[in-house]
Amino acid sequence: MKIIAASAHQKGNESQNILELPNDANPLALDLAGVVRIDLHFPKFSDGRAFSQARLLRGRLKFTGEIRATGDVLIDQLVQMARCGFDVAVLREGVDLADAQRQFDRFSAFYQGDATHPLPHFREAA
Amino acid sequence: MYQYTAFDQQFIRLRSQQFRDQLERWQAGKLAEDEFRPLRLQNGWYVQRYAPMLRVAVPYGELSSTQLRVLARVAREYDQPDATLLAEAQATQEKLGDIPLHDGRRIGTKLKYGYGHFTTRTNVQFNWIPLTKAADVMDLLASANLHGIQTSGNCIRNINSDALAGIAEDEIADPRPFCEILRQWSTLHPEFAFLPRKFKISINGAREDRAALGWYDVGLQLVKDDAGALGFKVRVGGGMGRTPTISPVLREFLPWNQLMNYLEAVIRVYNRYGRRDNSWKARIKILVKAEGQAYIDQVDEEFRQIVEVEGGPHTITQAELDRVTACFQEPAIDLSPSDAEAETLALLRTAGGEDSEFGRWVHRNVLPHRQPQLRAVVLSFKRLGYAPGDATAEQMEAAADLADRFSAGELRVTHEQNLVLPWVRRDQLPELWKAARALGLAKPNIGLLTDMIACPGGDFCALANARSLPIAEAITERYQDLDELFDLGEIDLHISGCINSCGHHHSGHIGILGVDKDGKEWYQITLGGADGSHLSGPASPGKIIGPSFSAAEVPGVIEALLTTYRNLRQELPDHSQGPKYETFIDTVRRVGIDPFKAAANAVRLPSDAVSA
Repeated sequence: MKIIAASAHQKGNESQNILELPNDANPLALDLAGVVRIDLHFPKFSDGRAFSQARLLRGRLKFTGEIRATGDVLIDQLVQMARCGFDVAVLREGVDLADAQRQFDRFSAFYQGDATHPLPHFREAA
Repeated sequence: MYQYTAFDQQFIRLRSQQFRDQLERWQAGKLAEDEFRPLRLQNGWYVQRYAPMLRVAVPYGELSSTQLRVLARVAREYDQPDATLLAEAQATQEKLGDIPLHDGRRIGTKLKYGYGHFTTRTNVQFNWIPLTKAADVMDLLASANLHGIQTSGNCIRNINSDALAGIAEDEIADPRPFCEILRQWSTLHPEFAFLPRKFKISINGAREDRAALGWYDVGLQLVKDDAGALGFKVRVGGGMGRTPTISPVLREFLPWNQLMNYLEAVIRVYNRYGRRDNSWKARIKILVKAEGQAYIDQVDEEFRQIVEVEGGPHTITQAELDRVTACFQEPAIDLSPSDAEAETLALLRTAGGEDSEFGRWVHRNVLPHRQPQLRAVVLSFKRLGYAPGDATAEQMEAAADLADRFSAGELRVTHEQNLVLPWVRRDQLPELWKAARALGLAKPNIGLLTDMIACPGGDFCALANARSLPIAEAITERYQDLDELFDLGEIDLHISGCINSCGHHHSGHIGILGVDKDGKEWYQITLGGADGSHLSGPASPGKIIGPSFSAAEVPGVIEALLTTYRNLRQELPDHSQGPKYETFIDTVRRVGIDPFKAAANAVRLPSDAVSA
């Protein structure tokens, strides 16, 4: 997962084939033809709707472009985001990137299937 | 019991490391208070009135003696407030006043420490551990495969089941393998860690609903279809709180292997549409009520797409079910008849009535087992001098020893805040009874009035409006006479210190709810609630019997309700072993709440006595 600072994040627009999706929108209703990037939004880190949106974009619609997490993003949610299909996250200024990286180095596998490992642990192990 | 694989064990240890990392960043000021809060909650750490509270998960209530000893160590070594904090807390609580008893004695707060508290959702709580020691405690717990993962927070919580799962006579299928499979599936689920609100699942495998399915966000009943295939009857959208709701059935029959695929649809639709603007309306019950069929249609469509478009990645394979089921094989217990057996059988026959202490214990605390030579035995943690469900470090260790001696090292935490020994040889009952009695854990009151459920209430909890424990103690003091308790028969008395309903007052035959009026403790009383068991009848919330009562009035009101019951109850036709009467809940159902209401109102105190 690529982590970028807020200052390096630039909002896109439709002419660049970048979609910005509010977190109450239904991703299944989107026309994804030509879209290269979708920005999903966390108005508060505790509002988890964008996790489901990313999960549907990857698992259901097989979207292969970039999914970017914007808004109130905690480093403790990065692994969870990556597992739901986000590949870029915008962190606010001042966050220690070493703290963020360490979260990726901890768990080597999880129980559920996810965007990176579609099958659950019990089916992969079998 | 489920045998943790190397992967399972490692996972819990890594979770403990992760929590230490978060705690240290919070201590270093790198993680803001409101950012740390949900992270600690998802590891079971609350901040309460005087100190943090730790809630340790006991998945579907199953506990090994080794785990119980580790919980005892946590109680002894960490559940220890410093003297100043304890003295300040005690002094503050004493200002709330005492509850007078009929005989002139008064019951007030007695804050205790060095113990664990069994909860209605079969977790174990500690009340005095400083946050600075939190990571050390998690490491100690992880050494016995214990943790606080998702025991709080807006995520899928610890899975609940029947305390007699896998041993009950009336079982359709053993729910424990499915509980374990769901435990794994829900653990650190990436999509469902920040839901609108908490999400609780309960699974029952028996004909009798002993898992309060109707009251859960998701209630799963194992069933067999006409062809004998196994599946689940799925209920969604129950809950207590401000809006007590019994869940509707969404699926009469869901094939067992589709369980996670279907739940994913249920929770994904909730994650999208559940209200986030008002935490009192954020539970799935509100969504299901508001949307009705529209919600069900969306779930069905989402489920269809998960299966048809994505190939149902979380379909449970037969191999996985077999692997997990194999972990729940019978323990090796020598069932060959011992010399003691004939003697025990004779003793049981003579004790068959209720006329001896042992007989009463056998009658109330010993439960049938699918294996005829075995019994399940309930250790009563409802006794004078202790809050309901409290166990000291020594008592937990002693209970662990009993489990090793009599029950293949296994115990269950029950919804009613007791412990069950699930594998007791029938011929060892007298020996177990003597040992349990010596520990004060053989009170023959299981299912009776004093086997009440109570939350920690206003003595510990920051959310509570009123104290639960002094009320529980006052009622326990009043009803110590076993003849009287047996005469009153089976009654579910549930006490919650606030509308969050941790003491499940809505489902009590008698429910007591703490409310706050002008900074004073008042209690609303409900009658006729039911958890869904055979005794209680279909799950339903109790009815409020009128304006709330002061703390001083509550013991008298309970007595008035019980006296009314005794006056109105009907004798049952079966006289073979002396007169028998309809139960409290049946009487309430038959005559309605009016006579009870009148009796309760008649014992209201003059307003100047209320604040005394």
